[in-house]
This record gives sequence, structure tokens and C-alpha cells, in this order.
Amino acid sequence: MNGPFEDVVRVHGGTVLRVCRAVLRGPDAEDAWSETFLAALHAWPDLPADVNVEAWLVTVARRKAIDELRRRARHAVPVEAPDATAGVLLLGSVDGPGERDLDLWRAVRALPDKQRRVVVLHHLGGLPYAEVAGLVGGTDAAARRAGADGVAALRRTYGTQEADER
Amino acid sequence: MSTGQDRHAETAHEAPADGLLQALHGRLVARAQDEGLLDVAYRVVDSPVGRVLVAASDSGVLRVAFEVQGHDAALEDLAVRVSPRVLEGGPRLDPVLRELEEYFAGRRTGFDVPLDLRLARGFRRDVVTTLPRIGYGTTASYTQVAAAVGRPAAVRAVGTACALNPVPLLVPCHRVVRSDGSSGRYAGGDEAKRTLLALERATAGALAPPAHGA
Repeated sequence: MNGPFEDVVRVHGGTVLRVCRAVLRGPDAEDAWSETFLAALHAWPDLPADVNVEAWLVTVARRKAIDELRRRARHAVPVEAPDATAGVLLLGSVDGPGERDLDLWRAVRALPDKQRRVVVLHHLGGLPYAEVAGLVGGTDAAARRAGADGVAALRRTYGTQEADER
Repeated sequence: MSTGQDRHAETAHEAPADGLLQALHGRLVARAQDEGLLDVAYRVVDSPVGRVLVAASDSGVLRVAFEVQGHDAALEDLAVRVSPRVLEGGPRLDPVLRELEEYFAGRRTGFDVPLDLRLARGFRRDVVTTLPRIGYGTTASYTQVAAAVGRPAAVRAVGTACALNPVPLLVPCHRVVRSDGSSGRYAGGDEAKRTLLALERATAGALAPPAHGA
């Protein structure tokens, strides 16, 4: 890429923050944002010109955010108390950053806690259900069910909102 | 204002982004500087000749661009010719911006911040390095500059070199005027050139030793 990196930060800073916040809490999300853009700045001159910048940044961001999440998971793992593990892994509240998709994020935030975590980790974070289960606790099957329930709930609430607007 | 407290609270909750993103941006610039990734830092400031963009590498000022030249175009050019690792802000520009402020206030007659002249090559660079010999408050003709560079026939090329001077203001191409005494063209606009020459004349007059006739 040979465009000024400043433009990248301005255009995509909000999106990257949204991705980080979907997975991590406030200060941790901000650290992940910084790590994402620092890594992107490093790679920027060598990035092929035909790469979709937003998709690339989202990939970097979710990797950084999930790295952080895993790091935390390793630090506090009371195996006999899965609830405690889930507590450590509290996902950040999903604040709508403004711009588009605000209603979707509002809808995601309104999901029950476990559904929200699973939906974010699997659908946004790209983690397989087995790993999602490792992070939020419970079995693969339970994670898969929570994810399906979450998406179904989103289809109902978000779909209705969209239909109302049309 | 009809927006009640609730509405305000909701707004603050829904859109935390702007102030936070600004803070994060500042942190990114600092980290980039620390890790040697800030190849080009720039800032845009107000001046008597319009908004001015100033960009610098680690070794010196690379570019001064007037608004009429297009700041976006200047940044694109820096990204291509120097490095796309371009970010706005950071303390790197503090010294040159301070000197420019003093210059516009009539408290400074020369600049001593380091320059990075990699954007000027060959003959154009020779011209750029010669121009600071034209003293504050004075002018020289394109013909005189051509002679000073050692290419007396290259009068038009001197004009081009002045127009493409990557660091106007700091390297005083505005002091190069037509042989008939009219100020001539300027990358920042003819009006800006007249403003700068008038500023320097006024300041140089005020600075002239009072003991002149004594």
C-alpha cells in the first residue's frame, strides 16, 4: 500500500474499536486497538494494493483481541469452577460506535450474556465452537446451541427493526 | 436546548468514540515514534498565508505545503516518495512550528531546524540550498539566483525549482522576484508572496539599527 496510513486510522479506527470491544472490556479493548494499528502500521508498506483494508484490519483486530482473551484465560483457570472462568472472561459491553449497524449492535447487546459471548466469539471472532466452549465454559454442544439461539433472537429482533424501517 | 438529561446520558453512552479515538490516535503516534515506525509526522496549522501543512521525517522537515497546493495531494506525494507510514501529530513538529509562529509574529528572521531535502534533487536541490543566502527582508531576481547557482542561463529552471521547493517559508523562495521588481508567481499564491515580503520589509525596517544616522 502506498497511501498515507493516517487515512486508514481515520476511516477504520471506529470499526476496529468495535471489534475489540465486542471481545474485551474497556482498557483491554483499547490495548488491543493499539496493538492492531501498530501491527498494521508495521505491515502497511508491504501490504498488496488489492487487499480489502477493512477486512484485513478486522482480521488483525480479532486476532489481537482473542490473543488477549486467551492470555487472560491462561492466567486464571480454576478448572473446578467453570463459572469463575466465565467471570474472568467477561466480554466488554458492546457499545454502538455510531455510524451504521447501530441497531444490530444494540440487538447484540440485548442478548442474554452467554448467547452474546458465543455469538461474538464465533461469528465475529471466527473461533470454532470447541474453542468458544473452552472460553465461555460448558460443552461444545451447549455453545453451539447458545450461538444458534442468539442468532435466532437477532433474526427476530434486528430483522423486525429493519422491516419496520422499510 | 430541548435535550433533557436522559437524552444527553444516552448520547454519551452510545457514542463514546470520538474523544476516545482521538486519545487512542495520540497513543498510537507516540508508540509509532518509540518503535521507529513514524516515518513521516505532519501537522496542519493556521498562518497569515492560510492553513499550512508541515511534515517531517526523523532527520528533518520534509515538506511545507500551502492549502492552495492541496494538503491531501502533499500527503499522497509524501506517502509515495518517502513512506506511507504517515501519521498526524506528535512532538516532532514542535520546534519548526514554534519557529514558524515566531517568524509570522515578526520575531524571527531565519530558521535553524534541520531540513530533510530528499524531495529536491539535482539542480533543484542546488537552488534550494542557495536560496537561504538571500537575506531576510531583501529579494533577488531569478537571474541573480541562476548566476549564484553557477548556471546563469537557467533562469526558467530557477523559476521551476522555486515553484517546486518542498520547504517554502523555511527556504525563502518567496524572496526570488522578477527582474522588473514585481513579485512574480508563488506556490502559495501570488497574494501570499506579497504578504510575506511585506511582513519581512516591515519587520526588517523595525529591526534596523536606530543608530543608523548617528
